[in-house]
Amino acid sequence: MSSEIEAIKDPGLPAHVHRKADHDPKAADRAERQVATMFGISALGTLLLIFSYIFIPDDLFIFVPIMGDQNAHQLGLGLGMAISLFFIGIGAIHWAKTLMPDQEVIAHRHEFRSPDEDRNEFVKTVKLGVGEAGLGRRSLIKKSLGTALGLSALSPLLLLRDLGPLPGPEQKTTTWKAGTYLVLDPSNRRIKVSDLEVGSVAQVLPEIKDPEHRLLSDIAKDAVLLIRLRPAEFNLTPDRFAMTHEGIIAFSKICSHMGCAVALYEQTTKHLLCPCHQSTFDVTRAAKVIFGPSARPLPQLDITVDSEGYLIARNPFSEPVGPSFWGRNT
Amino acid sequence: MKRLSRYRRHKTAAPLLLVFALLGIGGTFSIASATTASETSTVDRSTLIEEGRQIFLQGCSSCHGINAEGAAIAPSLIGVGEASVDFQVGTGRMPMADMSTQAMRKEPVYDEAETTALAAYVASLAPGPKTPNESQLNYERDGSTAEGGELFRNNCAMCHNFAGQGGALTQGKYAPTLMGIEPKHIYEAMVTGPQSMPVFSDKIITPEEKLSIIKWIKAAESEPNLGGASLGRVGPVTEGLLAWTLGLGLLIGVAVWLAMKAR
Amino acid sequence: MTTEARLGQVANYVDERTGAAAWMKKNLQKVFPDHWSFLLGEVALYSFVILLLSGTFLTFWFDPSMREIVYEGSYQPLQGVKMSAAYASTLDISFEVRGGLLMRQIHHWAALIFMAAIVAHLMRVFFTGAFRKPREGNWIIGVGLLTLGIVEGFLGYSLPDDLLSGTGIRIAEAIIQALPVVGSYLSYFAFGGVFPGELFIPRIYIVHVLLLPGAFLALITAHLMMVWYQKHTQFPGPGRTEKNVVGYPLFPVYMAKAGGFFFIVFGVIAFLAAVASINPIWLYGPYTPGQVTAGSQPDWYMGWLDGLVRMAPPWETYLFGYTISWNILLPGLIVPGILFTGMALYPFIESWITGDKREHHLLDRPRNAPNRTALGAMSLTFMVVALINGGNDLIATNFDLSINQIMWGTRIGIFILPPIAFVLTKRLCLSLQRADRELVLHGRETGRLLRLPHGEFVEVHEPISPEKAYLLTSHEQLPPLELPAVDARGVKRAGALKNKLRARMSDAHAQAIPKATATDLKEIEHH
Repeated sequence: MSSEIEAIKDPGLPAHVHRKADHDPKAADRAERQVATMFGISALGTLLLIFSYIFIPDDLFIFVPIMGDQNAHQLGLGLGMAISLFFIGIGAIHWAKTLMPDQEVIAHRHEFRSPDEDRNEFVKTVKLGVGEAGLGRRSLIKKSLGTALGLSALSPLLLLRDLGPLPGPEQKTTTWKAGTYLVLDPSNRRIKVSDLEVGSVAQVLPEIKDPEHRLLSDIAKDAVLLIRLRPAEFNLTPDRFAMTHEGIIAFSKICSHMGCAVALYEQTTKHLLCPCHQSTFDVTRAAKVIFGPSARPLPQLDITVDSEGYLIARNPFSEPVGPSFWGRNT
Repeated sequence: MKRLSRYRRHKTAAPLLLVFALLGIGGTFSIASATTASETSTVDRSTLIEEGRQIFLQGCSSCHGINAEGAAIAPSLIGVGEASVDFQVGTGRMPMADMSTQAMRKEPVYDEAETTALAAYVASLAPGPKTPNESQLNYERDGSTAEGGELFRNNCAMCHNFAGQGGALTQGKYAPTLMGIEPKHIYEAMVTGPQSMPVFSDKIITPEEKLSIIKWIKAAESEPNLGGASLGRVGPVTEGLLAWTLGLGLLIGVAVWLAMKAR
Repeated sequence: MTTEARLGQVANYVDERTGAAAWMKKNLQKVFPDHWSFLLGEVALYSFVILLLSGTFLTFWFDPSMREIVYEGSYQPLQGVKMSAAYASTLDISFEVRGGLLMRQIHHWAALIFMAAIVAHLMRVFFTGAFRKPREGNWIIGVGLLTLGIVEGFLGYSLPDDLLSGTGIRIAEAIIQALPVVGSYLSYFAFGGVFPGELFIPRIYIVHVLLLPGAFLALITAHLMMVWYQKHTQFPGPGRTEKNVVGYPLFPVYMAKAGGFFFIVFGVIAFLAAVASINPIWLYGPYTPGQVTAGSQPDWYMGWLDGLVRMAPPWETYLFGYTISWNILLPGLIVPGILFTGMALYPFIESWITGDKREHHLLDRPRNAPNRTALGAMSLTFMVVALINGGNDLIATNFDLSINQIMWGTRIGIFILPPIAFVLTKRLCLSLQRADRELVLHGRETGRLLRLPHGEFVEVHEPISPEKAYLLTSHEQLPPLELPAVDARGVKRAGALKNKLRARMSDAHAQAIPKATATDLKEIEHH
């Protein structure tokens, strides 16, 4: 027996199997009628689309099983369009499958690699051109060209400088100052201690002169969450406890992780949950992070009351609010 | 009988038998666990309170204490008010069946009269939030849908989702769906802050604002899905699932047909 | 004049000016192999066209401005509410423009299908080894298209400035800001100052409707030209070799089928847009940084990124007062960067491992490249685990689980499940190879039992057809690379460590069940 291993041979393309429509003219006619029917259904779809657009009012609702009440105008437009497009496709494909030749054709692949002759010609042409340009010998041209092109490429970058101001102190400060009144969002009412019951929360913003026109850029740093617990429930250091008032504690609502609004307060566990990435903060321990990807607790706002009993900030935030950035602590 | 037994090896015999068995068990259970209607009580308040106390002793004191003073497994009910009882018992959350994560809404065990009696008893223990009456719940007249939406997104959407479909809290707890809830119960929940839900006192969200929120919730509930079947109103997760299953599935199906040889 | 004669006149007119007849004749006869999995790329291509068409429609009404206005349109629950002009114009498209909501939905469904098709197409190309020489460049273009698609989709659904997508932009800004040294500068330049400012939506609008579509058109054209010029790959089988293409001519068969398929894709997307609501922004409300919804997720193709960010450990380091947020950089930039770079360079990594520098036009059946298939399964497992964590809050509420459990499960799972998937898949491929070998050598099991005269029961096996036998054995089984640590004279080779690694990987990559040969068949016959 020969020690050479013999592979299984290629039997070549399998014999062509004819379709019904290839040899039976009645089957071919039937296929043609089927294709025509598909195109006909498509036309009906277009008619439904046109009819819906012009005649179906957009406040009419019809009941469809499983889907419930549907807007008839929408459904008519959409289904009309879907049918009109889909059946053109089905018709065309069915036509190709049943009536167009399905004999497999063989084409040959040519090697991509160019013939050696062409390659040598190419190399010669390039070398000649480079020689004629003189780049090889004229190094001064090469160096100065490089410098000129490089510099001119920089100028568009310079032109983009006014895309924005440079980061300034506003990155680390908010509207909150000593004496700023806490007001409810969105009604802008001032808050008394008695307004909050134990277990209450309130969405709070600083009082400003023109509350009708708050900038979103300010809200993005100023939003505060007010929570009332029993003072005994706190587990705070003395200086943090001093920042609360009769069990009311205030935190920045902007998550220290990536800036979503943290306002999901669980009254039973005294935890705050951020819905974006599930960072969980313990309110009794000054919003310490107890689960999730946030690396820092929420900044706490130092609050007290004014002479009339309305809640005010005693001091601005002692650290920047919101997500971290490179120069946050400088 | 012999006719029927001829089909004992029919391919649908086993599935059909299973369906009958399930229906039988389920039906028997429903009938057996149906509560009987109690007698309507008189309007006399002290009788109502006493009735409530009796029901309380029977169905609630084992967890909440003989005098509703609370225990390790259940909080004190002194001062929680009518509204808390009406909410918890009225939505079937109390008596609590599954003690694991939180009280779930289910078929109420007590009917309206019994619930009122219980509420009266608990209210008699100490002052607390009252059940709102009909005129206080006229959200159609007194509320504003658009304002309600703004308030909802500010105070409610972060737990209950933008369309009130509910959302996840930590450790398996959840904020339930707000769809199909009685306006009275929505009001009471805001006022009493059941379990994980915070309290929204009347000075923080005024009664009128509460009605606006209810009006918006009812509007969202009755709003038909304008673009087609809703995918749960929970956002991109279900949309992506549908794109891969129905969308790509249909397209691959047609592609397979396209490449198949015709007969 | 007959139609034929008229057409002849037109053809003559064009040919006299362009010489088109010569190259048209050649290209109309171009052969395209037919397999359903080759249509996945087409789904992506046609979805792109549909995105262009539906998107253009939307631009006629959309106002990319963050200017604050008060809504006065027909949607009652938002009457009198303050919002940006971008959000208001999207509401108008949905409620005031006939067909507007349908077009918005077609556009968004098309985007989801576009990305799904790209991923499915990528999987097909990867698992069949179609990225090998000469198609490495096309593979890199493909990875580029995938990356740009993710960005384009994100920018697109952020344009309406609704509560859900605005939250996504807030998160994107946090990623930019977290970049060491330059983060705050880049963020200020992107937003024109602090977040959210008034410039972001108009700026991403131009990126979304002009710059990225331009990039797509260029890359897709290059991608298709390469396929055209290099000719499409084909599955192995009888009559198919490395030197031919077997299939159908462009005109009329392929044109009818592929052209028809465009209408199918458009029709299916329109159907989805008709029956399934997507991105109901009127329910989300306008974006303001003080609000958020439970269940905030990005669109599915970014779900894995969200999942990675959620499971990231809460690490931040502080150096001389400067902050480095590993909890953002690792899941948001570093890990995805490594994954996508690895993906882009994979053709070169594989050819380095196998030492195979030849052209390949015949595809691999996935089972015949067990290492590659297992690696693909491993990557998919990683993505799916991350994706699951991205939806952990919805999974928790729907299946009575806790987000904390799911988070921990995926934190551990993302390390242990991919290697398990690798081993299982490789074993599975080798088993399938064994099964193929059995099939060739012993035929198909018919399930008929035969009792021999002396009492033994045997199962009758039917020999398989020569076409099938060829299909199961035509693949190449390359031996592992020979990389001796020392050369012929006993001198230690340079780069010994690299070579050792390469040799190990080459060994693993070449692991296979030897395919059946004609010699084997003859030996069996002699039994």
